[in-house]
Amino acid sequence: MAPQPPKKKAKPDDNIAANPAELLKYYRDMLLIRRFEEKAGQMYGMGLIGGFCHLYIGQEAVVVGMQSAITPQDSVITSYRDHGHMLACGMDPGGVMAELTGRIGGLSKGKGGSMHMFSKEKNFYGGHGIVGAQVPLGTGLAFAYKYRGLQNVSLTYMGDGAVNQGQVYESFNMAQLWKLPVIFIIENNKYGMGTSIERASSTTDFYHRGAAHGIPGEAVDGMDVLAVREAAIRAVEHARTKGPVILEMQTYRYRGHSMSDPAKYRQKEEVEKMRAQRDPIENLAKVILEGKHADEAKLKEIDREVKEIASKAAEFAQNSPEPPVEELWTDVLVETR
Amino acid sequence: MPINVLMPALSPTMTEGKIARWLKAEGDAVKSGQVLCEIETDKATMEVEAVDEGTLAKILVPGGTEGVKVNQPIAVIAAEGESVSAASAPVAAAAAAAPVAAPAVHAAPASAPVMEAEPDLGETKTMTVREALRDAMAEEMRRDEAVFLMGEEVAEYQGAYKVSQGLLQEFGPRRVVDTPITEQGFAGLAVGAGFMGLRPIVEFMTWNFSMQAIDQIINSAAKTLYMSGGQMGCPIVFRGPNGAASRVAAQHSQCYASWYAHCPGLKVVSPWSAADAKGLMKAAIRDPNPVLVLENEILYGTSGAVPVSSDYVVPIGKAKVVRKGKDVTITAFSIMVGKALAAAEELAKQGIDAEVIDLRSIRPLDTATIVESVKKTNRLVSVEEGWPFAGIGSEIGMRMMEECFDHLDAPVKRVCGLDIPLPYAANLEKLALPQPDWIADAAKAVLYRN
Repeated sequence: MAPQPPKKKAKPDDNIAANPAELLKYYRDMLLIRRFEEKAGQMYGMGLIGGFCHLYIGQEAVVVGMQSAITPQDSVITSYRDHGHMLACGMDPGGVMAELTGRIGGLSKGKGGSMHMFSKEKNFYGGHGIVGAQVPLGTGLAFAYKYRGLQNVSLTYMGDGAVNQGQVYESFNMAQLWKLPVIFIIENNKYGMGTSIERASSTTDFYHRGAAHGIPGEAVDGMDVLAVREAAIRAVEHARTKGPVILEMQTYRYRGHSMSDPAKYRQKEEVEKMRAQRDPIENLAKVILEGKHADEAKLKEIDREVKEIASKAAEFAQNSPEPPVEELWTDVLVETR
Repeated sequence: MPINVLMPALSPTMTEGKIARWLKAEGDAVKSGQVLCEIETDKATMEVEAVDEGTLAKILVPGGTEGVKVNQPIAVIAAEGESVSAASAPVAAAAAAAPVAAPAVHAAPASAPVMEAEPDLGETKTMTVREALRDAMAEEMRRDEAVFLMGEEVAEYQGAYKVSQGLLQEFGPRRVVDTPITEQGFAGLAVGAGFMGLRPIVEFMTWNFSMQAIDQIINSAAKTLYMSGGQMGCPIVFRGPNGAASRVAAQHSQCYASWYAHCPGLKVVSPWSAADAKGLMKAAIRDPNPVLVLENEILYGTSGAVPVSSDYVVPIGKAKVVRKGKDVTITAFSIMVGKALAAAEELAKQGIDAEVIDLRSIRPLDTATIVESVKKTNRLVSVEEGWPFAGIGSEIGMRMMEECFDHLDAPVKRVCGLDIPLPYAANLEKLALPQPDWIADAAKAVLYRN
């Protein structure tokens, strides 16, 4: 099979357009991530969250759009900018926040922290701290689906920094060689930590990066949840029937790489322009209001609801006790006798 | 002058082989580059081409002969114009003068090591370590459909060192998976499959190549259970030959016992005997944790009695006293167990009765068995092929200080590979790796008998 030429921004497809209930759900899910992350940022500032903390603010459309196209049996794996993915997978916001504060109520009992959280129940496979390491792991999830004859897909996320790691191409090669049901989602937020993609990558059209392996790729407006959703539906169909596919999500993070990053490598105006013109939540609100799918009051009600969830999560995360000392020694190995 | 054709060495560790068949008959003309015969090594069947031209005067070793030693004359070629009958006997002078083209064979035991009979082995069958490892994998693959093998050349090639021989034929390409040369990629892929509940066996062609994948072994396989609060384990086996083979030099001759045993979340085993190779491999596959099996290329061809029962499993974390003694304790693992036993024999001639412990598991380390022995002998020598700095001997020495200091009548001594990258030259290589006399000297030193 000749590799398909990578496509640039496919036109919206009326057949898979979202209905009003779905639009409101995407709005809510994105807003929940936004409010949760704002709360996390606040708590970091208060010293309640330690270590590294990478916020997802600005990129919400990517994970919410992708999630809209899969079933609960499909899996998600990503690197360390992972809070949004976990919320989108349906993991308990209190459990996520309590992990950020390092408490026993956290999803990893306080032993993983912001970058290392998992949920077998929600098919979320982490949460990985090493740039690019999750890509072979996600390919392995797809290998297991194929081995077991299941129809599921593995959503394997990585950032624009990870795409220059060698193991990403090792994974591309094996995924296409064995036609594994994996979607490689490159969240291109323009900066790998403080280095712009132009200063780090010989070519910046990342959706081409599978071309050498015959993996089709598509560039997607990652600030538009509906564009993401449509690309995701096409990609899931491809992955389930034909094998790997790459989606380059052109997105943007409003905050620094982590809480300790002053983000001096970019102009304030650049961030302000993105927020003003491209914000995924504002833009979806416009679509909802202009299409008369809901009124302002309804959107305000959603905002109140998700703010309440974020506050409750923060409260839980502060009140949950620190893990007992015995937890030091548990979960190192599965006990065999 | 007739020319002797010598049995060639066809791999770094080959010491003998089988002449499968001759493709030329006596009296046939032979041209350079033509195939003379086929030779079966423990790894492969190889064609042997003629280097010299003339007439095949005499076949000295008929087809089908096994155990033909490297450098033994196997045929005589008469040069052009020479009488075939005159050349039909081996050329004694030439044979004696022939340069030793074969690699040094110092590392290979002259005969199969004699294993101490274990009381609980049940019915046994003599087989090589290679076959024992293969049988262990095959039995576990029959037992559990989630077990599969992946790695470079494991399937169609039948294993770079033939450990996976026949597995593709029995289990098919779904469960015996040839990978590209992409260690970090397939190690990570297998860990992901392990998260999903499969039980991968990952073969590294040698452990040296695992350095390409060490991030996935430690950061992904070893730590995820902890970081997920116990939700997501990884029942995976990483295996392959470890340590020095023979004359493959610095980048391919390294012991990883200390590297991986350092890391919580991993188990590390390193069998010496064929029975333990099988029993520990099966334990590793059944274990719900990441287990690293450090094999040894030189040991692959050695034989021992192996239990026939498919229920034979050697528990991980249990050392074994392979020679009882009362004067000094010697600990070793993998190929060094054989060296330690040889040293013990030498010491016995000098009236020293050494106890030899095969550690078998490096992590968890069976400290209790060592302590028990030291309480009896009051002296300890630790032997390993790897480097001294932060090696297994360092750990054992420290543990003795912590756990049975008052029982020691001399400081613990370690015998290690020299603290240098392994040299290629045959003489230097031999000088860099622990030999029985090093071990015997160390034992005498802790007995103050120098």
